[in-house]
Amino acid sequence: MSAIVTGAAAPTTTTATRRPRGGLLRAIMHNRKAMIGAGLLVLFILLAAFPHLFVPWLHGDPRAIGELPLQSPSGKHWLGTTGLGQDVYAELIYSTRESLIIAVVAGLGATILSVIIGVSAAYLGGYADDGLSMLTDIFLVLPTFPLIIVLATYAGKGNLTVIIVVLILTGWSYGARQMRAQALSLRNRDFLESARVRGERSSYIIVVEVLPTMISLIVANFLGAALYSVLTAAGLQFLGLGDPNSLSWGTMLYWAQNQGALVNGLPAWALSPGLAVALLGVSFALLNYAFDEISNPALRPVRRRRARSAS
Amino acid sequence: MRYLLRRLGFFVLTLWAAMTLNFFIPRMMPGSPEEALRERLSKGGSVVTADQLRTVLAEFGFEPDKNIVLQYLEYLKAMVTGHWGVSIGSSLGVPVTTLIGSALPWTLGLVGITTILAFAIGTLIGTISGWRRGGLIDGVVPPVFIVTSALPYFWVALLFISLFAIGDHAILPNDFNYDQGLTPGFNGEFIFSVLKHGILPAATILITAIGGWILTMRNNMITTLAEDYVRMARAKGIPSRRIMFGYAGRNAFLPNLSGFAMSLGFVISGTILVEYVFNYPGLGYMFYNATVSTDYPLLQALFLLVTLAVLICVLLCDFAVFLLDPRARTKG
Repeated sequence: MSAIVTGAAAPTTTTATRRPRGGLLRAIMHNRKAMIGAGLLVLFILLAAFPHLFVPWLHGDPRAIGELPLQSPSGKHWLGTTGLGQDVYAELIYSTRESLIIAVVAGLGATILSVIIGVSAAYLGGYADDGLSMLTDIFLVLPTFPLIIVLATYAGKGNLTVIIVVLILTGWSYGARQMRAQALSLRNRDFLESARVRGERSSYIIVVEVLPTMISLIVANFLGAALYSVLTAAGLQFLGLGDPNSLSWGTMLYWAQNQGALVNGLPAWALSPGLAVALLGVSFALLNYAFDEISNPALRPVRRRRARSAS
Repeated sequence: MRYLLRRLGFFVLTLWAAMTLNFFIPRMMPGSPEEALRERLSKGGSVVTADQLRTVLAEFGFEPDKNIVLQYLEYLKAMVTGHWGVSIGSSLGVPVTTLIGSALPWTLGLVGITTILAFAIGTLIGTISGWRRGGLIDGVVPPVFIVTSALPYFWVALLFISLFAIGDHAILPNDFNYDQGLTPGFNGEFIFSVLKHGILPAATILITAIGGWILTMRNNMITTLAEDYVRMARAKGIPSRRIMFGYAGRNAFLPNLSGFAMSLGFVISGTILVEYVFNYPGLGYMFYNATVSTDYPLLQALFLLVTLAVLICVLLCDFAVFLLDPRARTKG
């Protein structure tokens, strides 16, 4: 009912964009993988936004050097201390922010780039399509991590902006390929034809008509790109190509490796940042797979479908 | 035939793109090989004259005063003819090709075998899981392998080290490729040592790489099973094992094969980290060392080599698709 009311009051475009979004939300709520993934992600967002709530006893810098280095986990230091006596738990919580920012910003950037390149390749067609597709394929095949290492080494180690830019430049190709395929399949649909006949500009058609129909693919792409960014950034920082003074999981891993956390018998210190990376990655991967299931019903778990048809 | 020619064209073009990137990155980035080299040479206590510096730099095609187009052409020629320059890192002056040659067999053995193994096992599990929808395997497979495919390689490596290689119950070694006391040779003891040192790195790569292929194969399989020719085969009463592998599996396998080539770059990225964690003296570890010592020629040669390896695999997969898929043969 409310849809009709708003539809009468506002231009038709609002209802057109609202309806699929509501369906998407409902589909997410019904998918267990999506719910677990979303729950994990919300937890990480909370950690990133309000780290002090999770370490209430800490005042000041979480990297403050303490008196007791290389402690095993205890009541006072839940995950032990580093070689400089820093509390691993506090560092871990405060590191969430930078790691999440890298994931989201790089993921968004890569997605935007892949939308631009993929959709324009499909929409322009002809030589432009050939050229852009070739570019996409080349970037898809180039081994990105070695390329990133080369780039990061030359660009001077440690700069967060450099890492993000490099992640965007190397992470867009897979998405662009999918975007192009879907946009191609849309190109000759009637509603686009009618927009063209109405005399709309192509920029208007792409933004208002094409993109909303591709939203689920775009979201899935963002999740994939974010997953890639989390893992790659952590790997880079772990190798020592990040800023050694920054607070992020990859940097923690770097110091744990450098100060021999495992050899000193402190698995909690060596493994917990990696576990955090893994959990954030898992949350993106679960959401991503759930989106696959939502857009392709054949992939959904069979048992639930049976239950639905019985009821 | 046109299909193969087009793929060959793609091969050459991508290789050229990689070389071009390799050429322009050092010339556009702030970090300079000149600087790194001066630092390294003067660290040894010797004073470096500008002339000496220029000679060494010219060795790997870095002549700042020369016309850039000319530089570029000479560089391309040197790359194609295998003159990849000399190391300016810890092994100063050694040709890059020699360094790479000593590390290549280890990486090929470790990464090559495990990657192919992961692909084969993953495809098989994916096929079975997609075939038996709703069965026990299919209930467990997707969630488990979504999780493993999102795990960072280095974290799995660290986990294995802390479980199996550290502490009182260390049953497996955690670094190098064989016991350093042994002399390499074709005898039982040496081979056993190599295998023992390979188990943990191999298991790491296997566990993290396998998930993606299981999931894509399963999803391809599900899509293929809905096709009419599968229903037709069922109606004809063909044994289900033959439908599974010969009808559905064979078709679902094709996109997986091209996916294999595409994702190889990602696997190689992971193995750099794995080799680093295990101090395994392969190309990945060399890559890491080259970054630490800012050994630009070695770094670039390695990048080129990795690209070449991926491209050769892409080409091989293209050939395989060409042989397996009649549509690819007739289309072009």
